[in-house]
Amino acid sequence: MAKVKYTTHLQKFFPTLKQGLAIEGRTIAEVVAALDSRYPGLGGYIVDERGALRKHVNIFIGDSMIADRERLQDVVSDDQQIFIMQALSGG
Amino acid sequence: MTEMMILGTRKGLLLFEENRGEWRFCREVFKATPVSYAMHNPRTGMMWAALDHGHWETKLHRSRDMGATWDEIPTPTYPENAEVNIRFAAENMPSTKPATLSYIWLIAPGGNDQPERMYIGTEPGGLFQSDDGGETFNLVEGLWDRPERQEWWFGGGRDFPGLCSICVDPRDSKHVLVGISVGGVYETHDDGKTWEARNKGLSADFLPEPQAEFGHDPHFILTSPSNPDVVWQQNHCGIFRSTDGAKNWQDISQKGTPAYFGFALALDEKDADTAWVVPAIDAEYRTAVDTAVCVCRTEDGGKSWTQLREGLPQDHAYDVVFRHALDLKGDRLAFGTTTGNVYISDDRGDTWRDLGHNFPPIYSVRFAST
Repeated sequence: MAKVKYTTHLQKFFPTLKQGLAIEGRTIAEVVAALDSRYPGLGGYIVDERGALRKHVNIFIGDSMIADRERLQDVVSDDQQIFIMQALSGG
Repeated sequence: MTEMMILGTRKGLLLFEENRGEWRFCREVFKATPVSYAMHNPRTGMMWAALDHGHWETKLHRSRDMGATWDEIPTPTYPENAEVNIRFAAENMPSTKPATLSYIWLIAPGGNDQPERMYIGTEPGGLFQSDDGGETFNLVEGLWDRPERQEWWFGGGRDFPGLCSICVDPRDSKHVLVGISVGGVYETHDDGKTWEARNKGLSADFLPEPQAEFGHDPHFILTSPSNPDVVWQQNHCGIFRSTDGAKNWQDISQKGTPAYFGFALALDEKDADTAWVVPAIDAEYRTAVDTAVCVCRTEDGGKSWTQLREGLPQDHAYDVVFRHALDLKGDRLAFGTTTGNVYISDDRGDTWRDLGHNFPPIYSVRFAST
Protein backbone atom coordinates (compact mmCIF):
# COMPACT_ATOMS: atom_id res chain seq x y z
CA MET A 1 0.00 0.00 0.00
CA ALA A 2 1.23 3.46 -0.89
CA LYS A 3 1.69 6.02 1.84
CA VAL A 4 -0.12 9.32 1.41
CA LYS A 5 0.98 12.71 2.67
CA TYR A 6 -1.00 15.92 2.27
CA THR A 7 -0.70 19.64 2.48
CA THR A 8 -1.46 20.60 6.08
CA HIS A 9 -4.07 22.99 4.65
CA LEU A 10 -6.41 20.00 4.28
CA GLN A 11 -6.23 19.31 8.01
CA LYS A 12 -8.08 22.57 8.53
CA PHE A 13 -11.15 20.85 7.04
CA PHE A 14 -10.37 17.28 8.09
CA PRO A 15 -8.70 17.61 11.49
CA THR A 16 -8.30 13.85 11.97
CA LEU A 17 -6.44 13.41 8.69
CA LYS A 18 -3.28 11.41 9.37
CA GLN A 19 -0.04 12.01 7.49
CA GLY A 20 1.67 8.99 5.97
CA LEU A 21 -1.44 6.86 6.00
CA ALA A 22 -1.16 3.57 4.07
CA ILE A 23 -3.91 3.56 1.46
CA GLU A 24 -4.98 0.78 -0.90
CA GLY A 25 -5.25 1.58 -4.61
CA ARG A 26 -3.71 0.63 -7.94
CA THR A 27 -4.23 4.07 -9.43
CA ILE A 28 -4.42 7.60 -8.07
CA ALA A 29 -8.17 7.55 -8.75
CA GLU A 30 -8.53 4.49 -6.51
CA VAL A 31 -6.39 6.10 -3.83
CA VAL A 32 -8.55 9.23 -3.87
CA ALA A 33 -11.70 7.08 -3.68
CA ALA A 34 -10.25 5.16 -0.73
CA LEU A 35 -9.36 8.42 1.01
CA ASP A 36 -12.89 9.69 0.46
CA SER A 37 -14.30 6.53 2.05
CA ARG A 38 -12.12 7.01 5.09
CA TYR A 39 -12.69 10.78 5.29
CA PRO A 40 -16.09 11.47 3.71
CA GLY A 41 -15.98 14.62 1.59
CA LEU A 42 -12.19 14.70 1.23
CA GLY A 43 -12.37 13.51 -2.37
CA GLY A 44 -14.37 16.61 -3.32
CA TYR A 45 -11.52 18.82 -2.14
CA ILE A 46 -9.07 17.04 -4.44
CA VAL A 47 -11.13 16.30 -7.56
CA ASP A 48 -14.17 17.85 -9.22
CA GLU A 49 -17.52 16.15 -9.85
CA ARG A 50 -16.08 14.43 -12.94
CA GLY A 51 -13.15 13.02 -11.01
CA ALA A 52 -10.62 15.41 -12.61
CA LEU A 53 -7.92 16.90 -10.42
CA ARG A 54 -8.87 20.39 -9.32
CA LYS A 55 -7.04 23.10 -11.20
CA HIS A 56 -4.94 24.30 -8.26
CA VAL A 57 -4.17 20.93 -6.73
CA ASN A 58 -1.14 18.80 -7.58
CA ILE A 59 -0.50 15.14 -6.85
CA PHE A 60 2.99 13.66 -6.93
CA ILE A 61 3.99 10.00 -6.95
CA GLY A 62 7.43 10.10 -5.43
CA ASP A 63 8.90 13.21 -6.98
CA SER A 64 6.95 13.00 -10.24
CA MET A 65 3.78 14.96 -10.84
CA ILE A 66 0.98 12.74 -12.11
CA ALA A 67 0.39 12.85 -15.86
CA ASP A 68 -3.33 12.10 -16.04
CA ARG A 69 -5.13 15.00 -14.37
CA GLU A 70 -8.46 14.10 -15.98
CA ARG A 71 -8.96 10.47 -14.97
CA LEU A 72 -6.14 9.98 -12.46
CA GLN A 73 -5.08 6.69 -13.99
CA ASP A 74 -1.39 6.99 -13.03
CA VAL A 75 -0.37 3.65 -11.55
CA VAL A 76 0.74 3.42 -7.95
CA SER A 77 2.94 0.68 -6.54
CA ASP A 78 3.07 -0.50 -2.97
CA ASP A 79 6.23 1.13 -1.78
CA GLN A 80 5.60 4.57 -3.21
CA GLN A 81 4.78 7.81 -1.47
CA ILE A 82 1.99 10.03 -2.73
CA PHE A 83 1.88 13.74 -2.01
CA ILE A 84 -1.33 15.73 -2.35
CA MET A 85 -0.31 19.37 -2.56
CA GLN A 86 -1.91 22.72 -3.14
CA ALA A 87 -0.51 24.68 -6.03
CA LEU A 88 0.92 28.05 -5.10
CA SER A 89 -1.75 30.47 -6.20
CA GLY A 90 -4.05 33.15 -4.91
CA GLY A 91 -3.47 36.04 -2.53
CA MET B 1 -36.18 40.35 17.29
CA THR B 2 -32.50 40.66 16.40
CA GLU B 3 -31.39 42.35 13.21
CA MET B 4 -28.29 40.93 11.60
CA MET B 5 -26.10 41.84 8.68
CA ILE B 6 -24.34 39.04 6.81
CA LEU B 7 -21.22 39.99 4.84
CA GLY B 8 -19.69 37.57 2.35
CA THR B 9 -16.12 38.74 1.84
CA ARG B 10 -12.87 37.80 0.13
CA LYS B 11 -11.54 36.63 3.51
CA GLY B 12 -14.49 35.02 5.22
CA LEU B 13 -18.02 35.51 6.48
CA LEU B 14 -18.60 38.41 8.88
CA LEU B 15 -21.74 38.70 10.99
CA PHE B 16 -22.95 41.87 12.68
CA GLU B 17 -25.86 42.42 15.06
CA GLU B 18 -27.80 45.57 15.70
CA ASN B 19 -28.08 46.82 19.25
CA ARG B 20 -30.09 50.03 19.78
CA GLY B 21 -29.26 51.38 16.37
CA GLU B 22 -25.58 50.47 16.55
CA TRP B 23 -24.08 47.55 14.66
CA ARG B 24 -21.73 45.30 16.62
CA PHE B 25 -19.35 42.74 15.21
CA CYS B 26 -20.69 39.37 16.22
CA ARG B 27 -18.78 36.55 14.51
CA GLU B 28 -16.18 35.67 11.90
CA VAL B 29 -16.55 32.33 10.08
CA PHE B 30 -14.54 30.58 7.34
CA LYS B 31 -11.52 32.73 8.17
CA ALA B 32 -9.55 33.73 5.08
CA THR B 33 -11.78 31.78 2.68
CA PRO B 34 -13.68 33.73 0.00
CA VAL B 35 -17.44 33.66 0.61
CA SER B 36 -19.10 34.37 -2.71
CA TYR B 37 -22.62 34.67 -1.27
CA ALA B 38 -24.31 34.25 2.11
CA MET B 39 -27.90 34.62 3.20
CA HIS B 40 -30.52 33.68 5.78
CA ASN B 41 -33.71 31.91 4.79
CA PRO B 42 -36.41 33.31 7.09
CA ARG B 43 -38.80 30.44 6.37
CA THR B 44 -36.49 27.75 7.72
CA GLY B 45 -34.12 29.78 9.89
CA MET B 46 -31.22 28.32 7.95
CA MET B 47 -28.19 30.44 7.10
CA TRP B 48 -26.35 29.52 3.90
CA ALA B 49 -22.84 30.31 2.71
CA ALA B 50 -21.16 29.53 -0.61
CA LEU B 51 -17.38 29.30 -0.42
CA ASP B 52 -14.90 29.75 -3.22
CA HIS B 53 -11.68 28.18 -1.97
CA GLY B 54 -8.69 29.07 -4.11
CA HIS B 55 -7.49 25.47 -4.17
CA TRP B 56 -10.49 23.34 -3.22
CA GLU B 57 -12.95 25.41 -5.21
CA THR B 58 -16.67 25.72 -4.54
CA LYS B 59 -18.20 24.45 -1.30
CA LEU B 60 -21.60 24.89 0.33
CA HIS B 61 -22.31 25.26 4.05
CA ARG B 62 -25.44 25.62 6.19
CA SER B 63 -26.01 26.79 9.73
CA ARG B 64 -29.08 26.10 11.86
CA ASP B 65 -28.01 28.44 14.67
CA MET B 66 -27.43 31.76 12.92
CA GLY B 67 -23.83 31.10 12.11
CA ALA B 68 -22.57 29.64 15.39
CA THR B 69 -21.95 26.19 13.88
CA TRP B 70 -21.88 25.09 10.24
CA ASP B 71 -22.24 21.87 8.26
CA GLU B 72 -20.68 21.36 4.87
CA ILE B 73 -23.15 19.81 2.44
CA PRO B 74 -22.61 18.48 -1.08
CA THR B 75 -22.48 21.11 -3.78
CA PRO B 76 -24.78 20.90 -6.82
CA THR B 77 -23.22 18.83 -9.57
CA TYR B 78 -23.73 19.12 -13.31
CA PRO B 79 -24.99 15.93 -15.01
CA GLU B 80 -22.45 13.82 -16.87
CA ASN B 81 -23.70 14.88 -20.29
CA ALA B 82 -23.62 18.61 -19.55
CA GLU B 83 -21.07 20.50 -21.63
CA VAL B 84 -19.89 24.06 -22.04
CA ASN B 85 -18.33 25.76 -25.02
CA ILE B 86 -14.66 26.58 -24.96
CA ARG B 87 -14.36 30.02 -26.52
CA PHE B 88 -11.34 30.51 -28.71
CA ALA B 89 -10.47 26.81 -28.81
CA ALA B 90 -7.37 26.15 -30.86
CA GLU B 91 -7.75 24.49 -34.22
CA ASN B 92 -8.14 20.71 -33.99
CA MET B 93 -8.82 20.98 -30.25
CA PRO B 94 -12.21 20.15 -28.68
CA SER B 95 -14.63 23.07 -28.72
CA THR B 96 -16.55 21.83 -25.69
CA LYS B 97 -15.68 20.42 -22.30
CA PRO B 98 -17.66 18.83 -19.48
CA ALA B 99 -19.56 21.36 -17.40
CA THR B 100 -18.43 21.45 -13.78
CA LEU B 101 -19.45 23.75 -10.98
CA SER B 102 -16.99 26.63 -10.83
CA TYR B 103 -18.80 29.26 -8.73
CA ILE B 104 -21.95 29.75 -6.70
CA TRP B 105 -23.39 33.17 -7.44
CA LEU B 106 -26.65 33.11 -5.54
CA ILE B 107 -28.76 31.07 -3.11
CA ALA B 108 -32.49 31.77 -2.98
CA PRO B 109 -35.57 30.19 -1.39
CA GLY B 110 -38.56 29.10 -3.47
CA GLY B 111 -42.07 30.46 -2.99
CA ASN B 112 -43.99 30.58 0.27
CA ASP B 113 -45.91 27.44 -0.67
CA GLN B 114 -42.62 25.59 -1.32
CA PRO B 115 -40.99 25.41 2.11
CA GLU B 116 -38.39 22.87 0.99
CA ARG B 117 -37.54 24.54 -2.32
CA MET B 118 -34.13 26.17 -2.69
CA TYR B 119 -32.47 27.53 -5.81
CA ILE B 120 -28.79 27.99 -6.51
CA GLY B 121 -27.45 30.08 -9.37
CA THR B 122 -24.05 29.02 -10.62
CA GLU B 123 -21.24 29.41 -13.11
CA PRO B 124 -21.21 28.00 -15.82
CA GLY B 125 -24.81 29.17 -16.08
CA GLY B 126 -26.80 26.39 -14.46
CA LEU B 127 -29.83 26.92 -12.23
CA PHE B 128 -30.12 24.21 -9.59
CA GLN B 129 -33.23 23.33 -7.63
CA SER B 130 -33.75 21.43 -4.39
CA ASP B 131 -37.06 20.19 -3.05
CA ASP B 132 -35.70 18.67 0.13
CA GLY B 133 -34.40 21.80 1.83
CA GLY B 134 -31.01 21.58 0.16
CA GLU B 135 -30.08 17.95 0.84
CA THR B 136 -29.92 17.36 -2.92
CA PHE B 137 -29.91 19.68 -5.92
CA ASN B 138 -30.78 18.98 -9.54
CA LEU B 139 -29.96 21.03 -12.62
CA VAL B 140 -33.04 22.72 -14.07
CA GLU B 141 -32.63 21.11 -17.44
CA GLY B 142 -35.40 23.02 -19.20
CA LEU B 143 -33.27 26.15 -18.92
CA TRP B 144 -29.90 24.48 -19.47
CA ASP B 145 -31.22 22.82 -22.63
CA ARG B 146 -32.21 26.09 -24.29
CA PRO B 147 -30.91 25.71 -27.86
CA GLU B 148 -29.17 29.10 -27.91
CA ARG B 149 -27.17 28.46 -24.72
CA GLN B 150 -23.93 27.33 -26.30
CA GLU B 151 -23.86 30.19 -28.78
CA TRP B 152 -25.37 33.08 -26.87
CA TRP B 153 -24.45 32.54 -23.22
CA PHE B 154 -20.86 33.40 -22.39
CA GLY B 155 -18.59 34.66 -19.68
CA GLY B 156 -18.08 38.34 -18.94
CA GLY B 157 -15.53 39.05 -16.24
CA ARG B 158 -15.36 35.32 -15.55
CA ASP B 159 -14.76 32.45 -17.94
CA PHE B 160 -18.35 31.22 -18.21
CA PRO B 161 -21.87 32.63 -17.83
CA GLY B 162 -23.21 33.15 -14.33
CA LEU B 163 -26.80 32.76 -13.20
CA CYS B 164 -26.88 35.75 -10.83
CA SER B 165 -30.59 36.61 -10.37
CA ILE B 166 -33.56 34.47 -9.29
CA CYS B 167 -37.00 36.07 -8.79
CA VAL B 168 -39.87 33.85 -7.64
CA ASP B 169 -43.31 35.38 -8.15
CA PRO B 170 -44.98 35.68 -4.72
CA ARG B 171 -48.39 35.19 -6.42
CA ASP B 172 -47.39 32.01 -8.24
CA SER B 173 -44.29 30.05 -7.25
CA LYS B 174 -44.19 28.30 -10.62
CA HIS B 175 -43.51 31.64 -12.25
CA VAL B 176 -39.80 32.48 -12.01
CA LEU B 177 -37.53 34.99 -13.70
CA VAL B 178 -33.78 34.46 -13.82
CA GLY B 179 -30.93 36.58 -15.09
CA ILE B 180 -27.83 35.16 -16.73
CA SER B 181 -24.73 37.29 -17.05
CA VAL B 182 -24.05 36.96 -19.96
CA GLY B 183 -27.11 35.36 -21.59
CA GLY B 184 -30.11 37.47 -20.66
CA VAL B 185 -33.42 37.25 -18.82
CA TYR B 186 -35.49 34.06 -18.91
CA GLU B 187 -38.96 33.29 -17.62
CA THR B 188 -40.82 30.11 -16.74
CA HIS B 189 -44.52 29.74 -15.96
CA ASP B 190 -44.46 25.98 -15.40
CA ASP B 191 -42.06 25.54 -12.50
CA GLY B 192 -38.95 25.38 -14.66
CA LYS B 193 -40.03 22.88 -17.30
CA THR B 194 -39.95 25.41 -20.14
CA TRP B 195 -38.31 28.83 -20.41
CA GLU B 196 -38.54 31.79 -22.77
CA ALA B 197 -36.11 34.67 -23.22
CA ARG B 198 -37.37 38.07 -22.04
CA ASN B 199 -34.94 40.58 -23.48
CA LYS B 200 -37.15 42.77 -25.64
CA GLY B 201 -36.14 46.40 -25.27
CA LEU B 202 -32.71 45.68 -23.81
CA SER B 203 -29.60 46.88 -25.56
CA ALA B 204 -26.26 45.10 -25.59
CA ASP B 205 -23.67 47.49 -26.99
CA PHE B 206 -21.00 44.78 -26.83
CA LEU B 207 -22.79 42.77 -29.54
CA PRO B 208 -22.79 43.48 -33.27
CA GLU B 209 -26.59 43.62 -33.06
CA PRO B 210 -27.41 45.34 -29.73
CA GLN B 211 -31.09 44.34 -29.91
CA ALA B 212 -30.29 40.65 -30.26
CA GLU B 213 -32.79 38.21 -28.82
CA PHE B 214 -30.16 36.68 -26.51
CA GLY B 215 -26.71 37.48 -25.19
CA HIS B 216 -27.67 40.38 -22.89
CA ASP B 217 -25.95 41.09 -19.61
CA PRO B 218 -28.38 41.64 -16.74
CA HIS B 219 -26.02 42.17 -13.82
CA PHE B 220 -28.88 41.90 -11.35
CA ILE B 221 -32.68 41.68 -11.59
CA LEU B 222 -35.33 42.19 -8.93
CA THR B 223 -39.12 42.20 -9.00
CA SER B 224 -40.97 44.77 -6.93
CA PRO B 225 -42.38 43.19 -3.76
CA SER B 226 -45.52 45.35 -3.99
CA ASN B 227 -46.12 44.62 -7.68
CA PRO B 228 -44.14 41.71 -9.14
CA ASP B 229 -45.07 42.76 -12.68
CA VAL B 230 -42.67 45.66 -12.20
CA VAL B 231 -39.21 44.28 -12.86
CA TRP B 232 -35.95 46.20 -12.61
CA GLN B 233 -32.49 45.37 -13.79
CA GLN B 234 -29.06 46.89 -13.48
CA ASN B 235 -27.61 45.82 -16.78
CA HIS B 236 -24.10 46.12 -18.20
CA CYS B 237 -25.56 48.61 -20.66
CA GLY B 238 -27.74 50.72 -18.40
CA ILE B 239 -30.66 50.48 -16.00
CA PHE B 240 -33.87 48.98 -17.35
CA ARG B 241 -37.42 48.58 -16.03
CA SER B 242 -40.43 46.62 -17.15
CA THR B 243 -44.01 47.18 -16.06
CA ASP B 244 -45.39 44.08 -17.78
CA GLY B 245 -43.48 41.29 -16.09
CA ALA B 246 -40.31 41.53 -18.24
CA LYS B 247 -42.11 41.23 -21.58
CA ASN B 248 -40.88 44.68 -22.58
CA TRP B 249 -38.01 46.65 -21.07
CA GLN B 250 -37.51 50.41 -21.05
CA ASP B 251 -34.12 52.06 -20.64
CA ILE B 252 -34.36 54.28 -17.55
CA SER B 253 -30.68 55.22 -17.38
CA GLN B 254 -29.94 58.89 -17.11
CA LYS B 255 -27.22 59.46 -19.67
CA GLY B 256 -24.60 61.99 -18.65
CA THR B 257 -25.16 61.25 -14.95
CA PRO B 258 -23.85 58.39 -12.82
CA ALA B 259 -27.15 56.47 -13.18
CA TYR B 260 -26.07 54.12 -15.93
CA PHE B 261 -23.49 51.38 -15.30
CA GLY B 262 -23.26 49.34 -12.10
CA PHE B 263 -24.03 46.01 -10.57
CA ALA B 264 -26.18 46.40 -7.45
CA LEU B 265 -29.88 47.17 -7.19
CA ALA B 266 -32.38 47.47 -4.34
CA LEU B 267 -36.14 48.00 -4.50
CA ASP B 268 -38.55 49.60 -2.08
CA GLU B 269 -40.77 47.08 -0.32
CA LYS B 270 -43.98 49.11 -0.76
CA ASP B 271 -43.49 51.44 -3.70
CA ALA B 272 -42.86 49.87 -7.11
CA ASP B 273 -41.56 53.22 -8.43
CA THR B 274 -38.67 53.49 -5.97
CA ALA B 275 -35.27 51.87 -6.44
CA TRP B 276 -31.59 52.39 -5.62
CA VAL B 277 -28.43 51.65 -7.63
CA VAL B 278 -24.76 52.25 -6.86
CA PRO B 279 -23.15 53.42 -10.10
CA ALA B 280 -19.63 52.84 -11.36
CA ILE B 281 -17.79 53.93 -14.48
CA ASP B 282 -18.53 51.38 -17.14
CA ALA B 283 -16.54 48.46 -18.39
CA GLU B 284 -13.25 50.17 -19.22
CA TYR B 285 -12.62 51.45 -15.68
CA ARG B 286 -14.88 49.86 -13.07
CA THR B 287 -14.28 52.42 -10.36
CA ALA B 288 -16.57 54.83 -8.56
CA VAL B 289 -17.73 57.58 -10.91
CA ASP B 290 -15.35 60.57 -10.61
CA THR B 291 -13.67 58.68 -7.72
CA ALA B 292 -16.62 59.64 -5.51
CA VAL B 293 -19.09 57.12 -4.09
CA CYS B 294 -22.68 57.90 -4.95
CA VAL B 295 -25.97 56.07 -4.57
CA CYS B 296 -28.74 56.95 -6.99
CA ARG B 297 -32.40 56.75 -6.05
CA THR B 298 -35.46 57.10 -8.18
CA GLU B 299 -38.96 57.60 -6.78
CA ASP B 300 -40.75 57.94 -10.10
CA GLY B 301 -40.02 54.65 -11.83
CA GLY B 302 -36.73 55.83 -13.31
CA LYS B 303 -37.89 59.09 -14.90
CA SER B 304 -35.41 60.91 -12.68
CA TRP B 305 -32.57 59.90 -10.37
CA THR B 306 -31.34 61.69 -7.25
CA GLN B 307 -27.66 61.43 -6.36
CA LEU B 308 -27.17 60.63 -2.68
CA ARG B 309 -23.69 61.41 -1.36
CA GLU B 310 -23.97 62.61 2.27
CA GLY B 311 -21.66 60.52 4.42
CA LEU B 312 -20.03 58.80 1.44
CA PRO B 313 -16.40 59.45 0.39
CA GLN B 314 -16.14 62.05 -2.34
CA ASP B 315 -12.38 62.00 -2.99
CA HIS B 316 -9.99 59.29 -4.13
CA ALA B 317 -12.62 56.57 -3.86
CA TYR B 318 -12.22 53.56 -6.11
CA ASP B 319 -15.07 51.55 -4.62
CA VAL B 320 -17.32 49.38 -6.75
CA VAL B 321 -20.34 47.62 -5.29
CA PHE B 322 -20.90 44.11 -6.58
CA ARG B 323 -24.36 42.89 -7.59
CA HIS B 324 -25.27 41.20 -4.30
CA ALA B 325 -23.56 43.71 -2.03
CA LEU B 326 -26.48 46.13 -1.55
CA ASP B 327 -29.53 45.27 0.54
CA LEU B 328 -32.60 46.99 1.86
CA LYS B 329 -34.94 46.42 4.75
CA GLY B 330 -37.66 48.99 5.35
CA ASP B 331 -35.99 52.38 5.24
CA ARG B 332 -32.54 50.93 5.91
CA LEU B 333 -29.95 50.23 3.23
CA ALA B 334 -26.42 48.87 3.47
CA PHE B 335 -23.73 48.20 0.94
CA GLY B 336 -20.20 46.87 0.93
CA THR B 337 -17.50 47.66 -1.59
CA THR B 338 -14.60 46.12 -3.42
CA THR B 339 -12.21 48.17 -1.31
CA GLY B 340 -13.62 46.93 1.99
CA ASN B 341 -15.89 49.76 3.03
CA VAL B 342 -19.39 49.20 4.43
CA TYR B 343 -21.97 51.99 4.60
CA ILE B 344 -25.40 52.04 6.22
CA SER B 345 -28.31 54.42 5.82
CA ASP B 346 -31.39 54.51 8.05
CA ASP B 347 -33.20 57.15 6.02
CA ARG B 348 -33.61 55.61 2.57
CA GLY B 349 -30.17 56.68 1.43
CA ASP B 350 -30.40 60.39 2.29
CA THR B 351 -27.47 60.08 4.71
CA TRP B 352 -24.89 57.36 5.25
CA ARG B 353 -22.58 56.27 8.04
CA ASP B 354 -19.79 53.77 7.93
CA LEU B 355 -19.56 50.40 9.58
CA GLY B 356 -15.84 50.13 8.83
CA HIS B 357 -13.20 50.86 6.21
CA ASN B 358 -10.76 47.99 6.34
CA PHE B 359 -12.81 44.93 5.59
CA PRO B 360 -11.79 42.54 2.83
CA PRO B 361 -13.37 43.09 -0.60
CA ILE B 362 -17.08 42.48 -0.13
CA TYR B 363 -19.08 40.14 -2.35
CA SER B 364 -22.47 40.10 -0.64
CA VAL B 365 -24.44 42.04 1.98
CA ARG B 366 -27.71 40.62 3.26
CA PHE B 367 -29.92 41.62 6.19
CA ALA B 368 -31.57 38.98 8.37
CA SER B 369 -34.11 39.13 11.19
CA THR B 370 -34.11 36.44 13.85
